[in-house]
This record gives sequence, C-alpha cells and structure tokens, in this order.
Amino acid sequence: MSTHRRSGFWLQLGLTLLVCAFIAVPMGYSVLAGLMRNAFIGLRSGLTLEWVGQVLQLYWPTILLSVEIALLCLVATLLIGIPAAYALARAPGRLARLAEEALVLPVAVPGLATGLALVVAYDGWGGFRQSIWFILAGHVLFTLPFMLRAVLAVMSSADLRILEEGAASLGASFIRRFFDVVLPNCRTGILAGALTVITLSMGEFNLTWILHTPVTQTLPVALADAYASMRLEIGSAYTLVFFVLIVPLLLCLQRATRPQTARKRP
Amino acid sequence: MLLPAALVFLAFFIVPFGALLHVGAQGANGIGGFWLALTDPRHLESLVATLILSAVVTIATLILGGVCGLFLGRHHFPGHALLVSILTLPLAFPGVVVGFMIIMLAGRQGLVSEISLALHGGRIVFAYSVWGLFLGYLYFSIPRVVLTVMAAAAMLEASFEEAARSLGAKPARVFLDVTLPALKPALISAGALTFATSMGAFGTAFTLATRINVLPMMIYTDFTLTTDLSAVAALSLLLGLVSWVVLSLARGATGSGAAAG
Repeated sequence: MSTHRRSGFWLQLGLTLLVCAFIAVPMGYSVLAGLMRNAFIGLRSGLTLEWVGQVLQLYWPTILLSVEIALLCLVATLLIGIPAAYALARAPGRLARLAEEALVLPVAVPGLATGLALVVAYDGWGGFRQSIWFILAGHVLFTLPFMLRAVLAVMSSADLRILEEGAASLGASFIRRFFDVVLPNCRTGILAGALTVITLSMGEFNLTWILHTPVTQTLPVALADAYASMRLEIGSAYTLVFFVLIVPLLLCLQRATRPQTARKRP
Repeated sequence: MLLPAALVFLAFFIVPFGALLHVGAQGANGIGGFWLALTDPRHLESLVATLILSAVVTIATLILGGVCGLFLGRHHFPGHALLVSILTLPLAFPGVVVGFMIIMLAGRQGLVSEISLALHGGRIVFAYSVWGLFLGYLYFSIPRVVLTVMAAAAMLEASFEEAARSLGAKPARVFLDVTLPALKPALISAGALTFATSMGAFGTAFTLATRINVLPMMIYTDFTLTTDLSAVAALSLLLGLVSWVVLSLARGATGSGAAAG
C-alpha cells in the first residue's frame, strides 16, 4: 500500500503529527507538572499525588458545583429542547425556520457579551443573582441550541414521519406516539446532544466568569483563580483533575457523533 | 411545545440585551455615549488589533487545520482514530485552560523555556506576547477546522480528482481546480466560526494577561473599573453583532453549526 504513496503523503502526515504534538505536548507537560514534587526542578524531584490531594481538598466544592450545574443543565435542555425540536420538525414553513434561527442565536454571540447583558438585566434581583440558578440560566441558554440541533437533525428525517403516521393510523394517541415511537427513534440525536450539553457546561468559562459570585464558583472559574494566585503545581494538578472529568466525556462524544453511516437505519 | 424554549430565549437573551441597550443609553451622554464609545481612540485601537489578530488566526488555522483535515479525511491508517481524537480534544477546553496550555508551552517555566535553557543557557519566553496569544487562538481553533474539513473531505468524490489527473492535470492544478472548490463551503463555514470565536475569545487572553488589549479584555476591564456602562454596553453589542453577522453570512454559504469558545 505504501509503495505508491507520494512524498506529499509523508509531508502531510508530518504536518498533521506536528499539529497533534502542538496540542498534546502542553497537555502532557501540564499533567506531569501536576504530579511532580517540584516543577521548577523537574522530574528529578520525583512524582507525587500531594498536589492533586491539595486541589481536591481546596476545590472540591467547585468540582461538585460544576457537576451539579452540568446535570441540571442536561435535565433542563432535555425537557425544553426535545419538545421544541419536535415542534420545529413538524411545523412547516418560514416561521419555524425563523424560530430555529432565533433559538440558536445565543451560540453566535460571545459569552462575555451575553454574560454582561444578563448581569445588567438581573442586577437588582439579589436572591436570583447570587444563586446557582443564575449560572444555570446562562448555561441553559448557551447549550440549548446544541441539544435542539442534535435532536432536530434526527427528527427531521422522513423515516420518523412515516413511522409516526403509521402509529397514528393504528390509533396510537399523541402521548403514546411521542414516547413509544418518536423518542426511541431519536436516541442517537438525544445522546449526542446530551453529551455535548454536559461537556460544554462543564467547560464553560466566558459566560460563567461574568455571572459567578464568590459563593458560586464553578470549576473553570476557580481554575482561572488558581492559575493567577497559586503555584504552578497546584494549577497543573487542578488542570489534571479537569482533564480527568472532561476528556472521557469528549471521547464519548467523538464516538457518539462519528459513525454517520450507522445513523441511517436499515 | 415551543413555549418553554421561547420563554428561556425571551427571559435570558432578549430581555438582557434589551436591558444592555437601555443601560447603555443612560450614561452621561445619553444615546450619544454609544457613538463616543465606538470612536474612542483606545477602543478603536483595540478593535483593530482584535480584527487583525482574528483574521491572521483564521488564515493560519484554515491552512494548518485544512491540511490536517483533508489528510485525515482521505487517508486511513493505523493510529488514525488516535490522531483525530487528539486534534479534536481542545473543543471543549475553556479559554483559561487553553491559556494555561500556552503557558506550559512557552511560559516562564514552560517547555520551550526549559529546553532553550538546557541548550544555550537562556530562557525563551513568548507566552505573554502576541505570539502566545496567537498560538492560544490557534490551539482552540484547530479542532473546529479539522472537524469541518474532515467531514467535507470524506464526501469528496475521488473520481473527479482521478479524472482530472488522467486528463493530464498536474497535482497543483487538480488541487486548485477540483479539490479546493469542493472544499470551499467547509472552509467558509470553518473560517467564519474561527473568526467569530477569536473575536469573542476572553478566557485565553485573560489567563495570558497580554499587553495587547483584545476587545473582550477591554470590555471586561471597563466593566470592572467604571460605573458608566455606556461604553461597556456599546462594545458588547458591537462584539455580539460582529460575531453574529460573520456567522450568518457564512451560514448563507453552508448550513453548519457554531460554538463560541
């Protein structure tokens, strides 16, 4: 196979490997620095879990809050996004397209701008402003478009419409059709949407940095704090903890969204 | 069934941006405050710097990510999945983590610094310069371009390229006349996404604390320092508008999704 591969192939492979290194090497070095006894001295100082332990002790509430917000965000986007996607998939015409355009708008606007707008609008609402619900509102706004699009892509398929019509002609009620026909057939889209929502919520910074208060610090927010005020080993160990949470999610997401062919049902 | 989504959109997007518009007009100069903010030399300088940086990042990412995406979309070999995984990992990294990656690479205790120290006794540090910022933006942009181009490359009709080759076209001709036009929609959409994300990127610049005042940093600093919100409101709205316009222009050419980092 490799006999007829021209020099262009190797050149492109070389560049691809270089770009991979650009992404992976800092990650690896950061993980290592979080495990080194003293990053300034380097590997000779020996490896330790001491920094990771300190991070867990110092920042456990922020990790918990991030997981909590991500899960609440998932529930909210499922409850809001799936019905909305169904409505948009079934509603014909320009108005539905316009509604879709509007609902995905929050993704096109930088989180910083949205965050400032939210803070300005809800500044007087002390209780809400200082609760985790305020951050959740921002996360739901930002992640809903991803759930909507993922589910909508599957729901718009012609197969599903035919299946649903078939069920209706056999006398299945709307509730029955929705839960027994529509939802099971959309599970690939729902899964992809769910993974995207959790991953994005866990890693959201731009919006959350503006929305957070000292009592509502999420993982990425506290991470920024650690980078600015803690020693390098702590920052690295905290990043390591973040990687441990986010990388498996990302790998699942890659898996869920990759097989384009598998989505077409036989 | 659309109602809950519409309510969320109304309460947390339309109302807040309406409030921002309203508050912006309440400054010492009223509605004129918007114009003053947009013409302020400090703001203009930051706007131009951000536009240039975003444009350069977009071009560089399209070239690098384009080559990787095209390559990985067309060739399959052992380890292919691993390379794709690595290239798409930063997709959900917050800007602050990307900034930290650049510090690990080129900061005071970074990899480049340690290696240069070992080689010739001097530390090379560029994480906090424009180059650090540029690399950071490249870091979070590459995955989006690779993914888009890879998907487009997988759909590419290999027979067209073969036909062109069999008719005697040189590789460069085939690339320019057959491959590139076929990839154009993917490149436009990926480019728009990169540009919009770079314009609004905040976390990376925040971590690197560069002297170059990119627009989001300028807005944030103004927000924390001043009580007159008219400039903050004006620049935020401008930033949102630019991102949205760029993305929707590109959406006319394609139909793909977008994410702001």
